[in-house]
Amino acid sequence: MNAVFLSRLQFGLTISFHYIFPPLSIGLGLMMVIMEALHLKTGKAVYAQMLRFWTGIFALTFGLGVATGIVMEFEFGTNWANYSRFVGDVFGGPLAMEGIFAFFLESGFLAILLFGHDKVGKWLHFFSTVMVFLGSAFSAVWITVANSWMQTPRGFKLVYKHGQPVAAHVTNFAQVVFNPSSIDRLTHTFVGALLSGAFLVLSVSAFYLLRRRHEDCARRCIKIALVVAMGTSLLQLLTGDFNARMIARYQPAKLAAFEGHFKADAPAGMSIMGWVDTKAQKVYGLRIPGMLSWLLYWNPKHPVIGLDHFKPADRPPVNPVFQSYHIMVAMGMAMIGLALLGCFFWWRDSLWRQRWLLWAFVFSAIAPLIANEAGWFSAEVGRQPWIVYGILKTSQGVSPHLAAGEVLASIIMFSFIYLLLGALFVFLLTRKILAGPPPVSDAPVADGQGKLTDAVLQPNARLSA
Amino acid sequence: MNLEVDQIIWFILLGILFTGYAILDGFDLGVGMLHVFVQDDTDRRLLINSIGPIWDGNEVWLVTGGGAMFAAFPYVYATLFSGFYLIFMALLAALIFRAVSIEFRSKLLSTRWRSMWDWAFAVSSLIATVLLGAFVGNLAVGLPLNAKGDYIGGLWHLVGPYPLLVSLTTVALFTMHGSIYLALRTEGDLQSKVAEWVHRTTTFFIITAVTTALVTLVYYPRLTRAFRHSPGFFVFPILLMLAVANVPREIARNKFRRAFISSCLSIVFLLVVLSIGLFPDLVYAPNHPDWSLSIFNSSSTLKTLNIMLIAAIIGIPVVLTYTIYIYWVFRDKVRLGSHSY
Ligand code: HDD
Ligand code: HEM
Ligand code: HEM
Repeated sequence: MNAVFLSRLQFGLTISFHYIFPPLSIGLGLMMVIMEALHLKTGKAVYAQMLRFWTGIFALTFGLGVATGIVMEFEFGTNWANYSRFVGDVFGGPLAMEGIFAFFLESGFLAILLFGHDKVGKWLHFFSTVMVFLGSAFSAVWITVANSWMQTPRGFKLVYKHGQPVAAHVTNFAQVVFNPSSIDRLTHTFVGALLSGAFLVLSVSAFYLLRRRHEDCARRCIKIALVVAMGTSLLQLLTGDFNARMIARYQPAKLAAFEGHFKADAPAGMSIMGWVDTKAQKVYGLRIPGMLSWLLYWNPKHPVIGLDHFKPADRPPVNPVFQSYHIMVAMGMAMIGLALLGCFFWWRDSLWRQRWLLWAFVFSAIAPLIANEAGWFSAEVGRQPWIVYGILKTSQGVSPHLAAGEVLASIIMFSFIYLLLGALFVFLLTRKILAGPPPVSDAPVADGQGKLTDAVLQPNARLSA
Repeated sequence: MNLEVDQIIWFILLGILFTGYAILDGFDLGVGMLHVFVQDDTDRRLLINSIGPIWDGNEVWLVTGGGAMFAAFPYVYATLFSGFYLIFMALLAALIFRAVSIEFRSKLLSTRWRSMWDWAFAVSSLIATVLLGAFVGNLAVGLPLNAKGDYIGGLWHLVGPYPLLVSLTTVALFTMHGSIYLALRTEGDLQSKVAEWVHRTTTFFIITAVTTALVTLVYYPRLTRAFRHSPGFFVFPILLMLAVANVPREIARNKFRRAFISSCLSIVFLLVVLSIGLFPDLVYAPNHPDWSLSIFNSSSTLKTLNIMLIAAIIGIPVVLTYTIYIYWVFRDKVRLGSHSY
């Protein structure tokens, strides 16, 4: 175990954990904007109630997103010092922009969103909710732009020293930002985040219906969430398809790994599920011949560049990429299916009686999380062995004087802390869900509620965030 | 614009970002270290909620400072954070615990749970402050580098007496700053209690600051070089002394707002003095001064610095406007409501 391997492990671990929370915050952000808009429009207390409830959960996901995000900002310097020197001129920009244009916005207005109910008017409060949502969307924009540049670098020139490339310098910033993959990947990650929010709301509300609690609120929530889920899950299929075409053009080795396609220039099939035997260069499982060629070029006979086209050292690990890609697609299809069924029964006016479907909704919240993680896993592992595609190998990017022991120590530390945080997150989320939305009355809550003494007097009193 | 001008502008902008961080997160780190010194849960909640809505925004100054350093001086970013590896990992852990303990503490009613998270908050605030101080202390004395700009000193090199002294001074500064902030935001008995803290922490700070200044003068002449060259710069240490001396004076007259402004100004002048001492090096290499990373040999290209400058010119005024607005919304004395932590 060397420092390169351990640093990769640590990066994968910390970013995967971070990436549980931002999509939830972004997705819930949209749900909250919709709820607050409905409240302003109709004046109904039930919307204020759901807004409060979801704001509490949002505060939790946001808090963990912040706590785990700070690690990411500095990990390029701590573990990938040579990478940072090489690409700093290009890559640092988007990261700094994220701070200036996104993090300040969301953390600033979050203060009003969470604590400003009785300090600002309702329109200003709504404005703050929208700003928090926009801020979180902007942070997705800049970070995805930075990552997309690593996938399909453009708009730079290499600088050489003693015949070796030592740095990438910006020549055209617009090309850096609008590199060939950024728009496709941005829309896809953003929609993935919206799906996370919609399915979480769907899941919790279905649970309340099954338990016959907070039924009015839960029904309305389900309707909002189903509309968003239906739209976004179909949109995700479309943007996913765009991504596959884009990858076929710009990162053919990755696409070949997605489908376990080895032959250099043959038509390619597509698997529903399967297992890749890299040695025998074979895929076992359910496979539709010519399907990938057809999807990409509308022609089942069209050749697709295969892994044989690349030196073995330049190929990503095939089976892990294949599996994670297929998991993502399967989750996407499952979500489309669930959303369609939900809308169908809603239209037939019998949704509330389909207990089996409501149960399926309860468990559906995990699907977008898995798809998001699996999608990144495909994208990042599929880029290997490059850290910046075609330009810098991952093994060249690591911090030169970093001892494996030091990285191991920090991995152990992060594993320990993240396990603890994960457990607390689940515990507090469950508690919040079991406690349910606050009572419907719009009456202002008395000062000092939540004091310890209150709890002794009224055993049922619950703290709000 | 020419490259050197841009490099100097970015040196100043980074200085502004980190000064902003020290002023803003400074008081909430201070509040974090101090709040366990009151026992009653309601009082503790009052203290915590005085920073409740804003601590996250304060921390963004650090994140943005880090991003800006990456963009403007990538070689410094790479050297510093890989060189300080384990110390930095500990700082990250402390910041994680700070973020989650304030989030988690009020979620359950159990006294045990709350006091556990209160202590987690206090200890992680203390550790973060100590480590930030150690950072600054090490920057001031410099780090041994190789020709490529990699830190070659090992972990124990970072734990010298001078960095420790700076750590102690930072703890003193932030507790002083934090207690003055608390005096501004509280009322009644709690305020009188907090006002006592102000007296003690101010004394603590003045002692440590004077010690640090003397040690620097005697042992680290490099840091005072610029002042000897251009005596005009002496105006800043003098302003620093005046600002610090003004704190107890305003406190004695119960003018907490003015005291707070003085302590903000102390931080500003402190960092100005430090920056003048360091300039033009960001990471000074005492083993081989030619290998130091200065703003002139470790920056990004003119093009990138210009693009970032445009972003800063558009972004910073907007950020300042709404930050000030938000502080203004939460300007009243803290009270507990249904949304409090
Ligand atoms: C809810 C989340 C979600 C869902 C349902 C899907 N994806 Fe996805 N996918 C992502 C979330 C995601 C992601 C996490 O957002 C990724 C990782 C990197 C990126 O840019 O987006 C991604 C990456 C990604 C890539 C690789 C992009 C790259 O390597 O740069 C492709 C080709 C697809 N997706 C295609 C699809 C297809 C054909 C889907 C069929 C339904 C699909 N995705 C569903
Ligand atoms: C958008 C910002 C991101 C950037 C700039 C980024 C950058 C990087 C870097 C520098 C590495 C280490 C070098 C390497 O192994 O290639 C890496 C690896 C990795 N990243 Fe990302 N990443 C981003 C987002 C994500 C997300 C959101 C996830 C998953 C949830 C993810 C999953 C991984 C994994 C699993 C690895 C390890 C891959 C391997 O080493 O084989 N990344 N990424
Ligand atoms: C390596 C890549 C990444 C870095 C360096 C990074 C950095 C950070 C930092 C420093 C924070 C805390 C900000 C604060 O203090 O308010 C944060 C939070 C956040 N990040 Fe990341 N991040 C990365 C990956 C991602 C990705 C891939 C996304 C989305 C697509 C994302 C979206 C967010 C959002 C929305 C937040 C706000 C907190 C939340 O909503 O939970 N980040 N990130």
